[in-house]
Amino acid sequence: MSDVPILLEMRSITKEFPGVKALSDVNLVVRAGEIHAICGENGAGKSTLMKVLSGVYPHGTYDGKIIYQGSESKFSDIRASENAGIVIIHQELALIPGMSIAENIFLGNEPRKRGAIDWKAANRMALDLMARVGLEEDPDTLIKDIGVGKQQLVEIAKAFAKDVKLLILDEPTAALNEADSKHLLDLLRGFRSRGITSIMISHKLNEIEAIADQITILRDGRTVETLDVKADGVDEDRIVRGMVGRELSSRFPDHTPKIGEVFFEVRDWNVRHPISAERQVCKNESFVVRRGEIVGFAGLMGAGRTELAMSVFGRSYGVFESGTIIKDGKEIVLKSVADAIDNGLAYVSEDRKAIGLNLLDDIKTSTVAAKLSKISHHGVLNEVEEYQAAESYRKELRTKAPTVDESVSKLSGGNQQKVVLAKWMFTDPDLLILDEPTRGIDVGAKYEIYGIIQRLADQGKGVIVISSELPELIGLCDRIYTVFEGAITGEIARADATPETLMKQMTSTKKMATR
Amino acid sequence: MSRLKDLQKNLFGGTTSNARQFGMIFTLVAIVVLFQILTDGLTLRSDNLIALFQQNSYILILAIGMLMVIVAGHIDLSVGSVAAFAGILVAKSMTEWDLPWPAAIVFGLAIGAAIGAWQGFWVAYIGVPAFIVTLAGMLLFRGGNQFIGNASTVPVPEGFREIGSGFLPEFGPNTGYNNATLLLGLAAALAVVWREIQSRKTRRAMDADPAPMWISILRMAIMVGVIAFAALRFASGRVGTSFPISGIILLVLVIAYSFYTRNTAGGRHIYAVGGNSRAAELSGVKLKRVNFFVMMNMSVLAALAGMIFVARSAASGPQDGNGWELDAIAAVFIGGAAVAGGIGTISGSIVGGLVMAVLNNGLQLMGVGTDRVQIIKGLVLLLAVAIDVYNKSQGRFSIIGSLMRPFRREDSAPPASPPDAEREPAKAAVSG
Repeated sequence: MSDVPILLEMRSITKEFPGVKALSDVNLVVRAGEIHAICGENGAGKSTLMKVLSGVYPHGTYDGKIIYQGSESKFSDIRASENAGIVIIHQELALIPGMSIAENIFLGNEPRKRGAIDWKAANRMALDLMARVGLEEDPDTLIKDIGVGKQQLVEIAKAFAKDVKLLILDEPTAALNEADSKHLLDLLRGFRSRGITSIMISHKLNEIEAIADQITILRDGRTVETLDVKADGVDEDRIVRGMVGRELSSRFPDHTPKIGEVFFEVRDWNVRHPISAERQVCKNESFVVRRGEIVGFAGLMGAGRTELAMSVFGRSYGVFESGTIIKDGKEIVLKSVADAIDNGLAYVSEDRKAIGLNLLDDIKTSTVAAKLSKISHHGVLNEVEEYQAAESYRKELRTKAPTVDESVSKLSGGNQQKVVLAKWMFTDPDLLILDEPTRGIDVGAKYEIYGIIQRLADQGKGVIVISSELPELIGLCDRIYTVFEGAITGEIARADATPETLMKQMTSTKKMATR
Repeated sequence: MSRLKDLQKNLFGGTTSNARQFGMIFTLVAIVVLFQILTDGLTLRSDNLIALFQQNSYILILAIGMLMVIVAGHIDLSVGSVAAFAGILVAKSMTEWDLPWPAAIVFGLAIGAAIGAWQGFWVAYIGVPAFIVTLAGMLLFRGGNQFIGNASTVPVPEGFREIGSGFLPEFGPNTGYNNATLLLGLAAALAVVWREIQSRKTRRAMDADPAPMWISILRMAIMVGVIAFAALRFASGRVGTSFPISGIILLVLVIAYSFYTRNTAGGRHIYAVGGNSRAAELSGVKLKRVNFFVMMNMSVLAALAGMIFVARSAASGPQDGNGWELDAIAAVFIGGAAVAGGIGTISGSIVGGLVMAVLNNGLQLMGVGTDRVQIIKGLVLLLAVAIDVYNKSQGRFSIIGSLMRPFRREDSAPPASPPDAEREPAKAAVSG
């Protein structure tokens, strides 16, 4: 590739925050027309580097040089970098749910005729842009009415509306299911063939391996190396080695399950959608969990796994219709989250920042939040017991933080997840439901989380793991249920589980999911 | 240098929110000193201090309730009207229905509870934003006050006036001071010492190094000094005056509510709901109950504040409580609460309220007209919050954090991960 002209060069970029050196002497060379992946653990500096590039951190707040299209660029803000054709698409999509696709595409960039917005032209241009990203929808459709996968496409269409030369995608497939991810990756390949350069940040190494031409690996704010995928014969293990600085012999800890009796059972579970009552989100679902068993729930996004889990967890989702829960041979009725906690259930949500943690809290407050009664006497909290509880979990789970007084918002994703796990382990649950427990967490921390899950199972607890990553389910679970459109479509033992068999069951009913 | 750092870290406990409180107290002291100079010593004279407390006790009582409402993520605009409504009913109950005054106080609190239940119902169980519910309540109860009182004033009997204009009694040997006030000061000083010892014990139990001994002693000395000064001032006023009864009521409420918000499960639930209501709900917190409680509690305190005001002015009138909601809200925000909820302390709000009160009082003593006083108060509110928002966006803590910046070089670096500030638009905050 060395004969291809260089589009972008970032030379010894150093960015300091008060007390923290986020980037030190980072170099990045991106050639025209390639897909360049940036890998690194959380906190390695990937997002910071992209913020420097896109002008979020303006010229002068960092050291080093950005050479773009042959000359030095000094972007003062995002607008300046966008004018130069650099567009960044963040992990959290920046779309306005109540506005239409066309309105979002041209937001801040509206085609005008005599001062007023020319909607006819906007819609025509929107259709053209949508065709380029393979999005077949009415441009008048509201953003909130289309799925995450299509929303991502709208973001990309929006980038094209700005005449993009360098497209930066931050974790573009994190929230997408396999089908949507595949479509997105195909799209990126298409862009490459048309000469558009992309930079992609991702934790999904299989995707990077499949699509990237060059990979730059960051660790602790420094450039570790840049790999040429074809020339160097790079595979996932090679990337992991660069990221963590050591070889991970296996991505899952060794584990011999100690499975006991069935102790938790859900029978004929029916739940309706909280707003549109005609939609049934759980259709006659039944499943069992044994002591010491890790049970997986596989399904496409929107299949109703989270809805099932949350409705079982004290009816915290949807409108309960019918169904029974049997625990230790006795039927239990869980009408509220408090009931569920009292009966030994725990639910670790898929979105730890939005609904799993109070980001204003420190570690110790978070740890005890779901069972204050354990550290209080007649409603009065005992600070010392609180501290001791939090401290013992911090040590046990090896949460990286100076003290338990540290605010959870300052922790990395993996350490935040450990705090959430501690919070629910503190409630002494018999059954833990973990919804996407490793989403957005780097490889090293994932390994640790898997170890924690296995230890919990070995203590005789039942663990349910909901995950969109099939290798994770196959590597971790003793048994996997597949869910499709609100119904359980299959039950597969670990020995028989392959991505192919699971995928088949996950899409088994007549038609494909529309979203 | 390290001593200075120790001091900053430890004087008020060491956590960041305390650093901010330190800043607030620092500001309060600065304002007091400034006006003491500008008014040639009038500010700290006994009669002025007493008047200051009497005139502001009801606003500070409202600030306690408002803090909890704001921490839970709501707002209450109706407190002034609720106070006036409860005030007129209580006044009427004594003059026209001949209710004895103690019964009338209970009756007033019950009215507050009933109004609070009404507003809490709409907020918690129907889900109408508190801004709307209490905006409606503001009109409703203001109208109610004028409807019941026929837009005229209703006087209240002697006994009742004690809660607004009464003082601690005189007894014991003639010391030249009011003995009850001196005893109160002594009790407060002992409480400060006891608390310091307890907190050292707790820190040790948490394997954390307690603050260096000299800091503990310095901190106690300052607190005891302030208490002694205040006690002597309050005890040496005109004969017949001393520490006001309304101040006692305020003190009891501050202690009780501080304990509730800091040390009980119920209090922590309020912070959890304000910080992230969905996360709180999924942790087993009964969201509706918490919201209902904070709204109801606010109205009860508003009714109490209304009664104290009526007692002080000896009559209930149609304009009672006008604009109180704004004073209470301002006190809470100056005292460091976050607009989005989840952050704030009772003590901070009280200090915030005192800042406004001293400002008000000092300017009046200087003969500045109400027009200009309002302009200045408005600017102070804006500045206090703006400085903190700005400091936070710069990755610093708070006022005091920035004052101490040159001395903080040797601080060890906080753990990695640069501020995610852009991504989680930090709770507009005013905390630290």
